[in-house]
Amino acid sequence: MIDTKLRDDLRKQGVVATSFQELYNWGRKNSIWPLQFGLACCAIEMIAASMARFDMARFGAEVFRPSPRQADLMIVAGTVTKKMAPQVIRLFNQMPEPKYVIAMGACAISGGPFKQGYNVLKGVDRFIPVDVHIPGCPPRPEALLEALMALQRKIAAQSLTGEDRPRFLDAEASGEFPVPEFGEHDLVPASNPEVWRPALVRRD
Amino acid sequence: MIAECCKAEKGHDLLEVSMGPHHPSTHGVFRMDVVLDGETVVKLKPVFGYLHRNHEKIAEKNSYLASIPYTDRLDYICSMTNNWAYVLTVEKLSGISVPERSEYIRIIVSELTRLFNHTCLAGFLLQDMGALGTPLMYAFREREKILDLFEALTGSRMMCNYMRFGGCRCDVSADWIKQASAVVDRYSPFLEEFEALITGNEILRVRSQGVGILSGDLAVNAGVTGPMLRASGVNYDIRKVDNYGLYGRFEFRVPLGQTGDVFDRYMVRILEMHESIKILKAALLTIPAGPIMDPKAKLRNLRPKTGEAYGRIEGPKGELGFYLISDGTANPYRYRVRPPSLVNLTILEDMCLGQTIADVVVILGSVDIVLGEVDR
Amino acid sequence: MITMQTLPEIKVRLENAVPGARIEIVANDSPANQPSLLIDAEHGRAIAQFLRDDPEFKFDYASNVTGIDWLGKTPGYLEAVYHLYSVALRQGPLILRLRTENRSDKVTLPSLTPVWRSCELQEREIFDLYGIIFDEHPDLRRILMWDGFVDHPMRKDYVEPDDYEYEPTPHDDVLEKARLHYPAKEAAV
Repeated sequence: MIDTKLRDDLRKQGVVATSFQELYNWGRKNSIWPLQFGLACCAIEMIAASMARFDMARFGAEVFRPSPRQADLMIVAGTVTKKMAPQVIRLFNQMPEPKYVIAMGACAISGGPFKQGYNVLKGVDRFIPVDVHIPGCPPRPEALLEALMALQRKIAAQSLTGEDRPRFLDAEASGEFPVPEFGEHDLVPASNPEVWRPALVRRD
Repeated sequence: MIAECCKAEKGHDLLEVSMGPHHPSTHGVFRMDVVLDGETVVKLKPVFGYLHRNHEKIAEKNSYLASIPYTDRLDYICSMTNNWAYVLTVEKLSGISVPERSEYIRIIVSELTRLFNHTCLAGFLLQDMGALGTPLMYAFREREKILDLFEALTGSRMMCNYMRFGGCRCDVSADWIKQASAVVDRYSPFLEEFEALITGNEILRVRSQGVGILSGDLAVNAGVTGPMLRASGVNYDIRKVDNYGLYGRFEFRVPLGQTGDVFDRYMVRILEMHESIKILKAALLTIPAGPIMDPKAKLRNLRPKTGEAYGRIEGPKGELGFYLISDGTANPYRYRVRPPSLVNLTILEDMCLGQTIADVVVILGSVDIVLGEVDR
Repeated sequence: MITMQTLPEIKVRLENAVPGARIEIVANDSPANQPSLLIDAEHGRAIAQFLRDDPEFKFDYASNVTGIDWLGKTPGYLEAVYHLYSVALRQGPLILRLRTENRSDKVTLPSLTPVWRSCELQEREIFDLYGIIFDEHPDLRRILMWDGFVDHPMRKDYVEPDDYEYEPTPHDDVLEKARLHYPAKEAAV
């Protein structure tokens, strides 16, 4: 990687020196297209974030695609219930790589205020990998913008080669996750062990 | 499966389409199984439960006070009116009275909620009709001004958690009243601008007049309430019928529709906004001084006597009712929400039969559902 | 307002109109002053029809249908409560209660959907969450839970599936549930 101080000095002189990784990631992070996927109350704050006052269009994320085949980012905004969970995961599978997930709001992170519910999935990260979590109930639109910027920083830091390259550049890793079935009492399986394991912490 | 039984009658193939739960225009996770003959709807079955968050079961484990934030999340666009319906029912159940200033504050915030709910509905309806973005941008711009007021008052934009048994959580300052009056004064010119842009629009008229007609008798029998009922010509506004709060002191009319189509529902909501502005101006001007909480009211550890109560208000979507059964302990024995959006969906099929699939989207938009309420 | 004073008159009129009906008044001790009528399941639909069509009552709007699980009573039973209002005559609420015989096998009640369409989706919800079977309901199937679900979740004796997740400060029954998942004492760090 080029020395950043040297790079910035050169840029001041009008000479742009960059690496392929930086250019590739810059193009991707500045044009993230979210999937139009609002489940519950957080969806209203997501819509407000794309409206005139908070304006997500400045970040390149204005175009909310209705079809998962054309989207890069799934903002899971709202409570994921067990009845809806297979649909969420199916939609995530249908998105082409590279794809990212933002879990917006307490309900998407861990079930939120409805954690005691029998129909509530306690966190969407039980089945799909989540990149950014936004706490709040609902989080302010500014928080969603901050999460988008955090995702942009994460994308900018992704390396294209090597051990820590992301999933979409790894021929072995699959971007599809198994979809749970409706069982008699609960979803079958209740969580995806490759993505999530319950934290076993003793608290006596 | 549904198409199989219809096939034999018609003799040619029918198309079964599942619209949703992920769909840009179903206003949340709502699914409709539609059977189409070409483009005409032959059968429509709504499916929901995708947002069933077990609010009623959780409330049986919570105390009465702890359920107030959960009521915010029912109809998540209008949190203040949900709060009011619940605290009204608990006040009925336990015989708590509310001071006058609190009643005025409740009316002010509820009417502000009704204003932005109807504005957002106009925006969403037009978005469904294809005016992608612009009316919604105008609507949300006004909503943001009212949300600023709510944030200054309660600390939160959407989930306000403001009302308590016997009053409100905190008092409004004179500065807040001034700001609220300024917002309300600017609302009428905004509505005129909005209407000038939209109501006379040819596309809106053609797509909404004569579409989704609902007769008054069927509406009453199917339990439809709110602006949808009044658009079908039935004069039933719970603010006038039950006279809860201090609505009896304010002069306002109840707009009624004639045909009961989508355009009438849209116009009834626009006219209701004008009436709400009248109520707001009067309330902000004449709000009395005084305490906002009943000093004898108990919030924590409220143990109402054994009994039950059903309380209802005219929410922006219709009749929002709560049915509480108390067994003398700190938790309710049964906590039931009567959701206006769920009962208004009963005649969705009747309204959509014979219409085209594009009209189904518009009709659903005019019913004004919020899935948080339908599924609870 | 329908109160304890007017309810006996209503009861007498209903008993005259629908012969053989067994109606009781259930008092309500709370300050809300909303007593209800307990009617028997056999004549439920006839009473409902009379209430809707009689010109003096004209209860044309069934606002709320609720299911209740009375586990503590002996024998336990399930109940459906109907809140009726009259839009034409501006009166209400009249509250009707229908009870099943027990909670296990005799859980059938007459559906009032043929009388008021507003009961359609609400009775489906009671079937889904409580298990009351409504006779002659046009489309009785689950509405909020998925079709393969077998339990009736709102019943008082429903046990949730074991779903351990990390809680920072568990207490009471959450701590009991969490203890089952903790590693054995010897293996603890």
